[in-house]
Amino acid sequence: MLLLAFDTATPAVTAAVHDGTAVLAETFTVDARRHGELLLPAVDQVLREAGVDKHRLTGVVVGVGPGPYTGLRVGLVTAAALGHALGLPVHGVCTLDAIAHQARAEGLTGPFTVATDARRKEVYWASYDAGGARTAGPAVDRPAELTPGPRSVGAGALLYPGSFPDATGPEHVSAGALAAFAAAELTAGRELLPCVPLYLRRPDAQVPAGYKAVLPA
Amino acid sequence: MADEPLVLGIETSCDETGVGIVRGTTLLADAVASSVNDHARYGGVVPEIASRAHLEAMVPTIQRALDTAGVKASDLDGIAVTAGPGLAGALLVGVSAAKAYAWALDKPLYGVNHLASHICVDQLEHGRLPSPTMALLVSGGHSSLLLSEDITSDVRPLGATIDDAAGEAFDKVARVLGLGFPGGPVVDRMAREGDPRSIAFPRGLSGAKDPAYDFSFSGLKTAVARWVEAKRRAGEDVPVADVAASFQEAVTDVLTRKAVKACKDSGVDHLMIGGGVAANSRLREMAQQRCDKAGIRLRVPRPGLCTDNGAMVAALGSEMVWRGRTPSSADLSADSSLPVTEVHVPAAGAAAGAGGAGADGGAHGDVHGQAYRALGGGR
Ligand SMILES: [Zn+2]
Repeated sequence: MLLLAFDTATPAVTAAVHDGTAVLAETFTVDARRHGELLLPAVDQVLREAGVDKHRLTGVVVGVGPGPYTGLRVGLVTAAALGHALGLPVHGVCTLDAIAHQARAEGLTGPFTVATDARRKEVYWASYDAGGARTAGPAVDRPAELTPGPRSVGAGALLYPGSFPDATGPEHVSAGALAAFAAAELTAGRELLPCVPLYLRRPDAQVPAGYKAVLPA
Repeated sequence: MADEPLVLGIETSCDETGVGIVRGTTLLADAVASSVNDHARYGGVVPEIASRAHLEAMVPTIQRALDTAGVKASDLDGIAVTAGPGLAGALLVGVSAAKAYAWALDKPLYGVNHLASHICVDQLEHGRLPSPTMALLVSGGHSSLLLSEDITSDVRPLGATIDDAAGEAFDKVARVLGLGFPGGPVVDRMAREGDPRSIAFPRGLSGAKDPAYDFSFSGLKTAVARWVEAKRRAGEDVPVADVAASFQEAVTDVLTRKAVKACKDSGVDHLMIGGGVAANSRLREMAQQRCDKAGIRLRVPRPGLCTDNGAMVAALGSEMVWRGRTPSSADLSADSSLPVTEVHVPAAGAAAGAGGAGADGGAHGDVHGQAYRALGGGR
């Protein structure tokens, strides 16, 4: 197994190469407005650092969100195009699941909630049990309307301490954790998600309120 | 010519996911997936809906173009993409896809200007553009008069709309008349049944002291709305066909008069018309008459190539490879307000023919550049 993984669903632009056992190389840059510019150079960099020829890859892993749409699409269309051009399967992973995997790897125990910033005073969130299995979400809601687990992680939790007391990192997802999560699932013979974004919200589209008269009433 | 560059072009600046494949000036495939129907009930293009549709359509449209052209992705000499101007989120989907394909296939990447692509597409129809070329670009997003010495490097704006684009005026008038969205085709159709001289709508910026090459369609649009509302208030039937014909006549009169004047003033004997509004039958007819009278050769691509498509991007990309222009780098940005003078977005600090997303791609690009110079091009 030789996976190229990346995620653009949080302010981090992150890419990693994973051989099924360990992360061979990883990059992580926080710049919420430059996903488009930074992703492909990051992909190129991790492959060079890992000493892996792209034609030896066995799969592409991409975080499918939820996350702010414009950045999220950069990762998804890149994954779809790389999969197509290199003839590789593309495996989707819920970005919140990857953050949960990372939090547990960093020592978090017991049930907990992952929340990322959904802007407009809302968070993208999901809850997990002590074994790491997702028990609620992913969903998008106002923090005040949630009943989070006893522990919380993610930038969305850190942003709203009133709703997520004692929140901690990781703030954003790292592609190493994304790849490790995918490698474990694939090794266990489980299917991952299709390369389709988890938008969770309908598109903003105002229907014009009929034709506006130009003559004074 | 066998060695003419084979280029795939991706266009996602608005609501069409376009993928074209071109060899030199020969069109091999022009695949388009449109989300226009998803926008119709909103009366205009909704950016988020367009971006979502681009993501879904991208890979299938690329595959369809490759199948139609009967070429393998590995045979390509380059990948071109609209880097701007256009809707930011929509552009980003195409630019990200193009970078991924270019990198995965080790091909040079060319981020090109949407407006220059609208001009260059005519090479697929009428052969290489003469130098210089005068171009009138009219669509829902732009209305410009452009003078190009070299479509890969030198496009100069002579004038542009100071308010609405011509296509926008068609959309708004269609809405006033209750004809739906998009307005261009339906107004064109209605106008055929009407009398273009029945209502004297204003010709914007046509006074002696007005800027010679700029356009204004906002006043015209308002005049049409006032005229229609006054009829309705008086309890009279609105003569929809006559309004459509008279409005269309006003738009095409100004566009063609200024375009012919620009040709005469600059001593250019060719006029190219592109953009979605170039599909308008009255514009084509009037432009032909006025160009014939002025001794100007008119070049208008067939309607399918006037609207946004991937073929036009591939056409300009192919010309970029042919002339050995510097490819773009892997950190190419989508630029929603890319100036028309920036025909393409070369990698910063790269020497001509080197750099680019694919390491060996740039060198291959220069092979074409040498061939082009050897044939007497690129003075
Ligand atoms: Zn256009």
